[in-house]
Amino acid sequence: MIDLLGYAAFFLSTALIFGLIALGLNLQWGLTGLFNVGIAGFVAIGAYTSALLTTPAVADRIGGFGLPIAVGWLGAMVLAGAAAALTGFATLRLKADYLAITTFGVAVVAQLVALNAVGLTGGPFGVAFIPRPFGALADHPVLFNFSNFAVVLAVTAVTYLALQHLTKSPWGRVLRALREDERAAVSLGKSARSYRIQAFAAGGAVMGLAGAVQAHLIGFIAPDDYVPTLTFQVWAMLMVGGSGSNRGALAGAVVVWAVWVGAGALTAALVPTEFQARAAALQIVAIGVMLCVILLARPQGFFGPTRRKAKPGGGDA
Amino acid sequence: MPTPPPVLEAQKVTKRFGGVTAVDGMSFAVAPQEILGLIGPNGAGKTTMFDLLAGAVAPSSGSIRLNGVEVAGAPPHSRLARGLGRTFQIPRPFPDLTLMDNMLLARQHQTGERFWANFTTPRRIAAEERAARDKARGLLDLVLLARLAEEPARVLSGGQRKLLELARVLMADPGIILLDEPAAGVNATLLEVIIDRIRDINARGVTFLLIEHNIDMVTRLCHRVLVMAAGAALCEGTPDEVARDPRVIEAYLGGAA
Repeated sequence: MIDLLGYAAFFLSTALIFGLIALGLNLQWGLTGLFNVGIAGFVAIGAYTSALLTTPAVADRIGGFGLPIAVGWLGAMVLAGAAAALTGFATLRLKADYLAITTFGVAVVAQLVALNAVGLTGGPFGVAFIPRPFGALADHPVLFNFSNFAVVLAVTAVTYLALQHLTKSPWGRVLRALREDERAAVSLGKSARSYRIQAFAAGGAVMGLAGAVQAHLIGFIAPDDYVPTLTFQVWAMLMVGGSGSNRGALAGAVVVWAVWVGAGALTAALVPTEFQARAAALQIVAIGVMLCVILLARPQGFFGPTRRKAKPGGGDA
Repeated sequence: MPTPPPVLEAQKVTKRFGGVTAVDGMSFAVAPQEILGLIGPNGAGKTTMFDLLAGAVAPSSGSIRLNGVEVAGAPPHSRLARGLGRTFQIPRPFPDLTLMDNMLLARQHQTGERFWANFTTPRRIAAEERAARDKARGLLDLVLLARLAEEPARVLSGGQRKLLELARVLMADPGIILLDEPAAGVNATLLEVIIDRIRDINARGVTFLLIEHNIDMVTRLCHRVLVMAAGAALCEGTPDEVARDPRVIEAYLGGAA
């Protein structure tokens, strides 16, 4: 029973970290309409930044500064945010299709750098010995899982509240206006480019933070953690939870992660050993089927904004 | 008494799109507190001229001065803060935002539109929002839309959208407003409201430049009319003078100029 609770805490920690990434995507896509298919890249930048800042020094590798975890997380946000800002700046007006292509490229580049820049990232072997908050409790797995969960919960809560505040602020109002009609927003004195870059950078910073938190939860990162599947998972989470809603981003993350883990456990239990490797693809199928069901039954997701009916009397003239 | 300097002045403004010269060396000035009408047959280049003045497109050559300052190369989003507001031929409210949010967006220099300020000076932002809301309510009241303030803008009729755009741009206290066909597609009752409000706002010192095909409205509202044809100025004068000018009749009826 205690073990089960410990597992639940670990499960929720992972799900909430996905939720953090989805919150970043919601700021970019849900609020501002910026298409990012390079999520994994920004998460990787955050994870590696924090890992390099906080791990103890290692021979044959740059980094290993042994700084406090908080510094690593801050650095992850700054660097991932800067990378996002640069991406936005480079694609000039951040029009949907160009931005999509560019972000995909950024993710591929980030993963290839992680894989090949052995002197910086450890290459395919990744970075190990990333300090874990409450690492001293590692001998008591349940307690350890719960304290980790508390940390993740606190980070998620603070991020959620900050994003809610921003969404409702005049700043968020400008983002919504830009999403709905750029020309009108510009005619009202809003610089489309500046706000897009701000939103993209802020979303990227949140993704970077999520990557860092994840890295410190597991204690080890490798390039394989940041493949396009991650991007797909996060998009599925936001779609299921409801694009445009921060609550939806978190709820979608928990639900989709549960389906993912459940499908994994089910195939592990039912599929003969020799087909296990191939059966792993069924996890993606499960998410795909779930997306289809959601899009058919509730296209706006769990918490997506429902369009209110027009009031009679305000009708067409 | 010396004539006051113009609010808005175009000098030899030309805009070419590929091989087509949409606006060809236009020069004119809008005097403070006047209502200047810009008329001409379809395809004369009126809306392109508007886009040039509003900064939405950059001129190929020529100068545009707003309150004496050259703005031809300045980005379009800087116009409203410098006192020039515009509306669109087909109104562009933000359909999923409430009328109130539509209005609040037009305020210039809002502290709360700066990212970090939302964390560092929340009280100041709240105070600014309260003041802006009061102003927005007053303006929505002026255009008879106050009761719909919390409804999304997509519920509005075509005429109401024109009124919302007018009220919205007024949130920024512009010195001059460019109106692109304020009468198009508006029913007779609302049209009277629009004419009435433009007069009202003009009486408070706001200058207007308007494109309009409704000659009745032009005659009633405008102090002066400028006629465009084939990208160039054809003539200008009082509404009566222009209406009698044979060149104008030729441009409208001669058709294939």
